[in-house]
Amino acid sequence: MEDLKRQIIEALNLKHLKPEDIGNDQPLFVEGLGLDSIDALELIVLLQQQYGVKLDNPQDGPTVFLSVRTMAQFITNAKKAKA
Amino acid sequence: MSNAVHIVGTGVISAIGNTRAENFQSLQQGRSGIGRITLFDTAHRNTLPVGEVKLTNTILAYRTKLKKTSSRTTLLGLHAAREAVEQSGVRDLGSLRVGLISATTVGGMDRTENFFPAFLQDIMKGRLRDVVDHACGRSTERIADALGIRGFVTTINTACSSSVNAIQLGARLIAANQLDVVVAGGTDALTRFTLNGFNSLMILDPAPCRPFDAGRKGLNLGEGAGFVVLTSAALCAAEKLTPLATVSGFANTNDAFHQTASSPEGRGSFAAMEKALVMANLAPADINYINLHGTGTQNNDLSEGTAVKRLFDTALPPISSTKGYTGHTLGASGGIEAVYAVLALREQCVFPNLRFETPMPELGLVPQRTFERRPVKHVMSNSFGFGGNCSSIVLSNPV
Amino acid sequence: MYISGICSIQGRHIWRDGHPVSVPESTVADADFRTHVYDWLNPNYPKFYKMDLPAQLTFLAGEILLRDLPLAAYHPATIGLVLTSGSGSLDTDLRFAASLQTQASPALFVYTLPNIAGGELCIRHTLKGENTVLITPAFDAALLSEHVQQTLQLAGMEACIGGWIEAVNGHHDVFLYLAEKNKRGLGIPHTAHELDKFYQSHYGTVDGGSETPDH
Repeated sequence: MEDLKRQIIEALNLKHLKPEDIGNDQPLFVEGLGLDSIDALELIVLLQQQYGVKLDNPQDGPTVFLSVRTMAQFITNAKKAKA
Repeated sequence: MSNAVHIVGTGVISAIGNTRAENFQSLQQGRSGIGRITLFDTAHRNTLPVGEVKLTNTILAYRTKLKKTSSRTTLLGLHAAREAVEQSGVRDLGSLRVGLISATTVGGMDRTENFFPAFLQDIMKGRLRDVVDHACGRSTERIADALGIRGFVTTINTACSSSVNAIQLGARLIAANQLDVVVAGGTDALTRFTLNGFNSLMILDPAPCRPFDAGRKGLNLGEGAGFVVLTSAALCAAEKLTPLATVSGFANTNDAFHQTASSPEGRGSFAAMEKALVMANLAPADINYINLHGTGTQNNDLSEGTAVKRLFDTALPPISSTKGYTGHTLGASGGIEAVYAVLALREQCVFPNLRFETPMPELGLVPQRTFERRPVKHVMSNSFGFGGNCSSIVLSNPV
Repeated sequence: MYISGICSIQGRHIWRDGHPVSVPESTVADADFRTHVYDWLNPNYPKFYKMDLPAQLTFLAGEILLRDLPLAAYHPATIGLVLTSGSGSLDTDLRFAASLQTQASPALFVYTLPNIAGGELCIRHTLKGENTVLITPAFDAALLSEHVQQTLQLAGMEACIGGWIEAVNGHHDVFLYLAEKNKRGLGIPHTAHELDKFYQSHYGTVDGGSETPDH
């Protein structure tokens, strides 16, 4: 998850944050880090580019991107499914 | 009205026709121009439908007498602008105070994007002539040159509301007696740049778009150009020109909500429509047809629908989006749809909203489903762009 | 109509109403100019980090311009915006085009239009009046002042922000001003001559207006 946090900061230009500023279960959207719909799309690109995992339905975004932990879980599950 | 601004010429080229007459026939017959990509090579060739103009650059160049290596944006723009000038009957552009206000979001990107990949690998590679016309203002300058317009020439780029803003500016300059004639509108060509860009925003429909439908999945990109020739009532009388429509009112506002999404209540679009009516000295009930921005995205249609419903309430006229025919032509959309609004006035008809089946559950709005001849005196056309730029224009039968 | 305030950014230099604005030296070596100025201003607006080059510079100029010229007294619909630019969003266009080599970046794509920088300013300061972007080859005081004047003369309009935003590949040339019906701040007549005077007084006098690209 630490790697994932670094990648999120890089992908979303969150220059004012370090990995330790993002809690594993902290809400990423709305109140949490205040990310918006464009950020969600960039996270979809991140999943694809870094982990080869596709999120075809943007409606699934809110659940997958709830927190760093849910993202990591989604990646693990997707990779297991492919194996 | 002594300083009334009239439209005396219209020109259009789009996925549904290369001329005004062809466009009207397609609109009347419900014939959409949306289909497979043929213009360039792309991974999305079979998965993303688009509204292509059915002429190659070679043919467009032949018709416009420009080089076939010209940017497609310039070729399309000149094709439509010339049609508008010819219809206007204005004989000698050189003797009057004439302006050209064009709008484009793509500019010469269609050629630059061919140059760029080679250049990225090796800075000595790539044909420089591909980037000569890249700048946003270049297509405007080339159209001005070809039409012999040496007066006021400028380019507006406010995303999807660009060309209706060009018409608004033109109308203002005529009303203020700063110019006698203004050719105003916009042009945009299809490119990989915009196709991939919109795809990355996940707002493209993998099937032909369904504006204002509950099951809508997004927009289809289109290309084309639409121009009008504006003059004053006084010049019409002096030169015996035939007014096709009067520019009764218009407005532009900013939604101030998000760079690309509209506020859910459509505050910016509501304000633009309301202000346009105020300027036109009309009530919502006076409007006989609304050409919606209606891109087919979840966000636009719900926001625009919310604003339209709130403003028009029980006095809702027939409404439709013609993007089901042409696709979303970006910078050209305001100009193309202004020409369609003039056609509605001239032909006394309203156009259908293609592929509509189920109203949005939040609003229950049912757009016009068939081509219908009916009395039309005032038409409203909406164009809303990224960056929160909201524009609305009201065109009326000339008095 | 009066010019109430002007903010220019040329290279790594900032002027307000013709006077240099001294930003304390950065403690971080090779600091990114824009982030450094943002930190100094401390506006608490994290969205800044997502903006592209033109939008960030426009934002910073806006903060410096309006910090002592509050717009709260005006109804948002009575404030307009007229921006001009030569290159528009070219800087971001190139970066987006490069991203197409791997995967199209939505965060870059949303900035590939010259009016998004203006849109960000409208969101930040709640500007809901008429807004436009004109493409011109160079700073054109006559065109800009003419348009701002016309916007101010519309029924109900009280104020208008005018600007020239030319920011591409490390080159910063930003000129932003506030024009109002009321007289305050700088309080000089709104004319092309005055705008030109302020623009020309420092254009090209520092680093040729450029700095090393920092991305």
